[in-house]
Amino acid sequence: MSASAAEPTVGVRRRRHLSWALALPLGWVLLVAILAITADWLGLPDPAAQELIQRRKPPSTEYLLGTDNLGRDMLSRIIYGARTSLIVGICAPFLGFLIGGAIGISAGYFRGKIDLLAVGFIDVLLAFPALVLALTFTAYLGQSLFNVTLALGILSIPAAARVSRANTLAWANRDFVLAARTIGASNWRILTREILPNVLPAMFAFWLVAISVIIVAEGALSFLGLGIPAPQPSWGGMIADGREALDVAPHTALIPAAVMFLTVLSLNFLGDMVRNLVDPRRSAL
Amino acid sequence: MSGAVSGGPLLSVRDARVGFGTVRGLLRAVDGVSFDLQAGRTLGVVGESGSGKSVLVRSLIGLVGGGSGAVVGGQVLLEGQDLRGLSAAGLREVLGRDIGIVFQDPMTSLNPVMKIGRQIGEGLQLNRGLDGAAAARRAVELLAEVGIPEPERRAVQYPHELSGGMRQRVAIAIAIACEPKLLIADEPTTALDVTVQRQILDLLQREQRQRGMAMILITHDLGVAAGRADDIMVMYAGRAVEMATTREIFRGPRMPYTEALLRSLPRLSDVAHTRLSAIPGRPPDLARRGMGCAFAPRCTYRSDRCETEEPALTRDGARGFACFNPLAAGSRVVA
Repeated sequence: MSASAAEPTVGVRRRRHLSWALALPLGWVLLVAILAITADWLGLPDPAAQELIQRRKPPSTEYLLGTDNLGRDMLSRIIYGARTSLIVGICAPFLGFLIGGAIGISAGYFRGKIDLLAVGFIDVLLAFPALVLALTFTAYLGQSLFNVTLALGILSIPAAARVSRANTLAWANRDFVLAARTIGASNWRILTREILPNVLPAMFAFWLVAISVIIVAEGALSFLGLGIPAPQPSWGGMIADGREALDVAPHTALIPAAVMFLTVLSLNFLGDMVRNLVDPRRSAL
Repeated sequence: MSGAVSGGPLLSVRDARVGFGTVRGLLRAVDGVSFDLQAGRTLGVVGESGSGKSVLVRSLIGLVGGGSGAVVGGQVLLEGQDLRGLSAAGLREVLGRDIGIVFQDPMTSLNPVMKIGRQIGEGLQLNRGLDGAAAARRAVELLAEVGIPEPERRAVQYPHELSGGMRQRVAIAIAIACEPKLLIADEPTTALDVTVQRQILDLLQREQRQRGMAMILITHDLGVAAGRADDIMVMYAGRAVEMATTREIFRGPRMPYTEALLRSLPRLSDVAHTRLSAIPGRPPDLARRGMGCAFAPRCTYRSDRCETEEPALTRDGARGFACFNPLAAGSRVVA
C-alpha cells in the first residue's frame, strides 16, 4: 500500500481497517468476480471443448489446473463456473431479499394481522425441507440457470423476512418514527425514508452470508444432477464429475472444491465484518 | 363550532381513556382525564413514572394504538375539530400543520441515517409545499434560531456528530418548523445533563412565547414545571388528581399526593444532609385497581371512605382536586 507513515491520523485509521483479515477475503472475492466478468476476453480455451486424449491430466504449464474426465480445461471451467456460481449466488438471495424484505418490513411495521399472516407464511416455507423443494422445483420446471436461481431465491425468502422483520421491530418503535408521523408523514414515506435506510445495513451484511449459503446450495443441487444443465460449467457440477476419478485424478474434484471453499469462507468473513460494523453502531444509538 | 373565533380553548380533552389489553385484564393507563388548554398557555402535566402522562398526551394525537392493542376513548377537540373522528390522512394533515412534539431522548428521536437539515426540512416539504432548496434554507434558519452555532455546517451533518443538548435543539427545530399551534414536550430534559436542561427549557419557553404556541410540558419534576407552566395537572395512576394554576399549587396543594410531591423536592434553604422525604410505597398495579382512591395506601390522610369509594375530581372554580380529605385551602407546605 502506498499510505506513507507521514500521513495524518485519517491514514492510520484507514490502514487499521484494511487489515489482512479484510484484505485477503476481499481480494479473493474481487479476483473471482473480475475473472468471472472478463472470462470471455481472457483467451481461455472453450470450457466445453473435449479432448479425450488429454483427459485427467494433472496441473502443468499447458493446463494450469489440469484437465477433467473429458479432457476439458479445468482453469477455463473454474472461471466460467465462477460466473454461474456468482450469478446464482448474487441473484437468488437478491430475489429472496426483495420479496422477503418487503414481507418482513411490512410485518414488523404494521404488526397485527399482517404480521400474523407473514409469520405464518414464513413458518410454512421454513417447514419445507429446503433441498427437496429446490429439487422438485427444477425437476418439474426444467433445469436452467433461471429456474435454479428462482428456486434458491424462493428458499432464501424466509431468512430474509425474519432478519428484516426483527430489525424493523427494533427501529419502528424509535421516537424518530413517531416524530415523522407527527410531521404528517404517510406510512409509505416512513417505511421508505425512516425504516428502510436503517434496516438496509443489517440486511446487506446478511446478504453477503446468504450468497455463500446459496453458492453451496447450488453446488449441492448440481452435485445431485439437478442444478445447472450439463455443458455449462458450475463448481458443484465439476465436483460431481470429479468424484468418479477421486482415486486416479483427485485434482478434478479437489480444485473446484477448494475454490468453492475459499470463496464461501471469504464471503463469510466479509459478512461478519460488515455485521460488526453495523452492530455496535446500532447499540450505541 | 369554531373554537378559535369564539375564544374557546385551543385544545379540549373530554374523558380521555386509554386501556391496554393484558393477560391479567384491561390495564387502564389513562382513566377519564379532561382538561382545556387555551392558546398561548403552558400546561404542565406532572406525575411519577407510569402515571399515564405520556400515554395520555400521545393518545390525544393518535400515536397510541395501531398494533399495541390499545383501547382509546373520549373526545379530543383541537379548535373545535374532533381529532378522533378524522381519517388517517386527515389526522396526518392536522398533526403536520398544527402540532409539534419533542420527545424525551434525542438519541432516539432523530433518524441516525438522515442529515439534520433534511430531517428539519421534511415537514416543511410535506406540509408547507416548499421545494427541497427552500426547505434546506429554512432548515438552516431554524437551526440558527434554536441556538446552534455554524448552522450551515451542522445542517449537513448526521445526528451522531452532535451532542445530546444539540440534538434536542434539533428536535425542537423539527417540532416548530411548521409553526404549530400546539407544542408537546414529553419530558424534554430528562435525558440531558443538568447543565443543559435549563438551556433547553429556556429555549422552549422563548419559542413558545415568540410564536404564541400553546404548550403541554410533560415532566416528573415539579421543579421543572414550576417556572415554566401556567397551569399544572397532577396525574396519579392514570387520573388527574389535582388541577390548578402553578401559583395555587405551590401556595397550597389540596390533594395529599401533590403535597407529597412538593415535600419530596429538595430545597436550597434546607440544612445540609437533610433527608429528602420520599413517598412511601409504590404506585398501584393498574391492571388490578381496587375500589377506593388509588393513592389511599400511601396517603397519610386516608379515612375509611378512601378505601371503598373513589373520589371524583371536584371543581372549585378553575382548580380541581380528587380527594375526600383535602388539605385546607392555602395551607403551605413546610418541610
